[in-house]
Amino acid sequence: MWSWVGHRITGVVIFFFLLVHVLDTSLVRVSPEAYNAVIGTYKNPIMGLGEAGLVAAIVFHAFNGLRIIAIDFWKKGNKYQAQLLWAVLILWVVAMVPFLIRQLSIVFGGN
Amino acid sequence: MSPIETAETAPEPASKIELPAHVGGGGEIPTFNITLRVRRYNPEISEDFSWEDYELTMYGTDRVLDALHKIKWEHDGSLSFRRSCAHGVCGSDAMRINGRNRLACKTLLKDLDTKKPITVEAIKGLPVEKDLIVDMEPFFQSYREIMPFLINKGHEPTRERLQSAEERARFDDTTKCILCAACTSSCPVFWTDGQYFGPAAIVNAHRFIFDSRDDAGDMRLEILNDKEGVWRCRTTFNCTEACPRGIQVTQAISEVKQAILSRRV
Ligand code: SF4
Ligand code: FES
Repeated sequence: MWSWVGHRITGVVIFFFLLVHVLDTSLVRVSPEAYNAVIGTYKNPIMGLGEAGLVAAIVFHAFNGLRIIAIDFWKKGNKYQAQLLWAVLILWVVAMVPFLIRQLSIVFGGN
Repeated sequence: MSPIETAETAPEPASKIELPAHVGGGGEIPTFNITLRVRRYNPEISEDFSWEDYELTMYGTDRVLDALHKIKWEHDGSLSFRRSCAHGVCGSDAMRINGRNRLACKTLLKDLDTKKPITVEAIKGLPVEKDLIVDMEPFFQSYREIMPFLINKGHEPTRERLQSAEERARFDDTTKCILCAACTSSCPVFWTDGQYFGPAAIVNAHRFIFDSRDDAGDMRLEILNDKEGVWRCRTTFNCTEACPRGIQVTQAISEVKQAILSRRV
């Protein structure tokens, strides 16, 4: 149940990011100056943390997506769903720790 | 050894032997106090739900159902709930106990945390009629739609329809269903979309789809290939956790999904 809730929430988060992302990227066609101005505002610690959160959401969504595929198509997927969830969480931590170290040192390291 | 011989020569089962009071089970059964917090609803009095607490002294061998009986018989006769067999066979008394769907007659009080109030409420996703009683009609509607009976197009045989042990084992798990609705009413998809067939209907379709004696598997797969059929399942595993019969419900749903796919591709 909670893996499903997490999957839903991260899915919605990613959706809103993509929406904003499409909008700001399409600004480039409207006017490159406006685009630069908007992208410039992303360079602050709050956005930096937001990015970290976004990556966390995407990584979880990706790994759990693979888990759901395994449950649906791998014969033993159902039996091992709980272990697979642990694998997802471990992989998530393994992927996030080095990323966070780097991301946070860029965000708070004064570049 | 034939069964008859066994019955004659085997010693009497322990339960039939007169035991002196001091041997096994003769002692006092421990008692403890509990608070049962029941979610009441009576549309004749008010449209609102309300939680009511009952302080009870219960035995260590009692189940939640015994506590409900005690309330109804000794404290408040207006409390309404369903039960029939009281032994986990009929599937009448699925309810939400401490936030989890279980059978009241299979849940021992001592296995719950008796220090805190034990909450009991009606199962979710089906319209509540009174207290712990819900309208099961939508649930049985879906059950009927998957045609839960043997359909065989051949001539009626003069003796039983034979089946190998392996063929029988193929759908053994899903024969155990007692239609308690614990699974369907634990499913978040069903809570938000009452049109979804729900796990119980799929379990019972599985029981016939994979039965070698049945000829209507294709028809049932077609029914479940619906927008409100198996594809609604988001593998949250709530149903598998809720099932008092230990049926691997999500597994059964996955098998039906795969049967639909492999028939198509
Ligand atoms: S599958 Fe299990 S939980 Fe669902 S109705 Fe049957 S017995 Fe109850
Ligand atoms: S009363 Fe029959 S299953 Fe609980």
